[in-house]
Amino acid sequence: MRLGGRALLADINLHMHCGELTALVGPNGAGKTTLLRAMLGEIPHTGELQFFPYQGGKRMPRIGYVPQKVDLDPHAPVTVLDLFAGACGHRPLWLGASRRVRAAATAALAEVEAVALLDRPLGQLSGGQLQRVFLALALTPLPDLLLLDEPVSGFDTAGIGLFYTIISRLRRCHDLAILLISHDLPAVAAVADRMILLNHTVIFDGPARDALTHPVVMQALGFDPQAPAVPPAPAPWAVHRRDAPPADSPENAA
Amino acid sequence: MIAVWHQLITQLPWEWAQFGFMRLALLAVLLLTPVFALLGCLVVNNQMAFFSEAIGHAALTGIALGVLAGLGNPLWAMILFALLLALGVTALRRWSAVSTDTVISLVMAFCVALGVVLLSRGGGFAKYSHYLIGDLLAVSPGEVAGLAVLLLGVLLTWVWLFNGWFLASLNRAVARSRGFPVWGLEAVFAAVVAVAVTVSIPWVGVLVVNSLLILPAATARNLARDLRQYLALALLAGWAAGLAGLLASYYWNTAAGGTIVLFAMGLFLLSLLMRRR
Repeated sequence: MRLGGRALLADINLHMHCGELTALVGPNGAGKTTLLRAMLGEIPHTGELQFFPYQGGKRMPRIGYVPQKVDLDPHAPVTVLDLFAGACGHRPLWLGASRRVRAAATAALAEVEAVALLDRPLGQLSGGQLQRVFLALALTPLPDLLLLDEPVSGFDTAGIGLFYTIISRLRRCHDLAILLISHDLPAVAAVADRMILLNHTVIFDGPARDALTHPVVMQALGFDPQAPAVPPAPAPWAVHRRDAPPADSPENAA
Repeated sequence: MIAVWHQLITQLPWEWAQFGFMRLALLAVLLLTPVFALLGCLVVNNQMAFFSEAIGHAALTGIALGVLAGLGNPLWAMILFALLLALGVTALRRWSAVSTDTVISLVMAFCVALGVVLLSRGGGFAKYSHYLIGDLLAVSPGEVAGLAVLLLGVLLTWVWLFNGWFLASLNRAVARSRGFPVWGLEAVFAAVVAVAVTVSIPWVGVLVVNSLLILPAATARNLARDLRQYLALALLAGWAAGLAGLLASYYWNTAAGGTIVLFAMGLFLLSLLMRRR
């Protein structure tokens, strides 16, 4: 799969494989979300997305997308089933979800351990629940490529753990190609197969387990590669932000 | 069709049912309020209440342009102008970094001012003031037929595009990832709202037309748990307020548009109380 951008993003050439979980990391403003939106076709770009199914031939990949934290009116009269009916069904969703959509929604929610949420209003879900619902939606129908944009921002530790467990299982069970944007380098290094460091172009592209100790990555994140032993945890997860608070702030101490 | 309606309503034992203008006004209200209630649900979902308000007010400029162009009935000029405005604001939403409500506010102020200036040349604004308040009782049989066509058009578009409108109102990027042409859908929606609002201005009036759009949906939002309840309750609230308001305006001898809106507001307050249970 290739995608070439211009201006904000240039010379980006990525191959992603089925069953591979790729983490995309980089400082704020590096163009991570822009790259994702270009892949979705939402913003104009040069370059293209190519997909070669294992059956042979060539077609446009089916993309599943999980947005960053979704802002919802807590009183919005929309249930999880409404969401699936609107996104997956052809008939107007106010006629009610068809049995087929209901079955598909239940199956997808089972994958993300959220079956109980089927008839709940979206506005009453926690951030973690909502994100799993959108993940389930992105899996219906099963995509060729799953794009996750900072899916766990604002979660508590247990929520993050659960989300990554689900993602890893999905990749194994469905042989999905997954691209995951994150700030949290150490956490994604633990689950990802491959790590891409992006700052307007690709700076590092390699196995995730090598990324944390690779000089280029260390340098990009603000560490001197010559300096002795950077402790792997507690990790420099906030350090690469441009507006990073001073090192002794509670955020960095976390 | 309209003859059948007249015969049917004349059977009713009340005084108002004996007047042809009331029977027509009733039919117009029963056709108009559901269109507004249904569109309003998505207007509220999309946080476009201010946009539709601006479209209503901008009709003043549309009227002025129609008069300048020498049209006896400025409705077509109003519709054309509202469509241009709707597409313009949609484009601004897409390409401008300026906050949408600032842009809308500027456009609205400009259109109202331009309309008032053009219409008041020579001191003649008074003859257009009925556009501000509207006159439901002046609706003609031909206009009711036109209204029925409009209702049908909106309902068909509604059936056809609803899922895309709904998903885009929740999250544009998700809608886009599922192949919905989000900006096209939003432009069509803005256009449909603009036409519905503009067409009803001669009957309901510039000043209150937007409340007919927003209030039933806001009422339903207080009570509904899912989307079907939302739409159904908005429809009921629209019909109830329309019916009660029209009849009350007959007995109180008040402007129908404003009276309907007062009843819609009453329903909204009632729904607020019920939500607090």
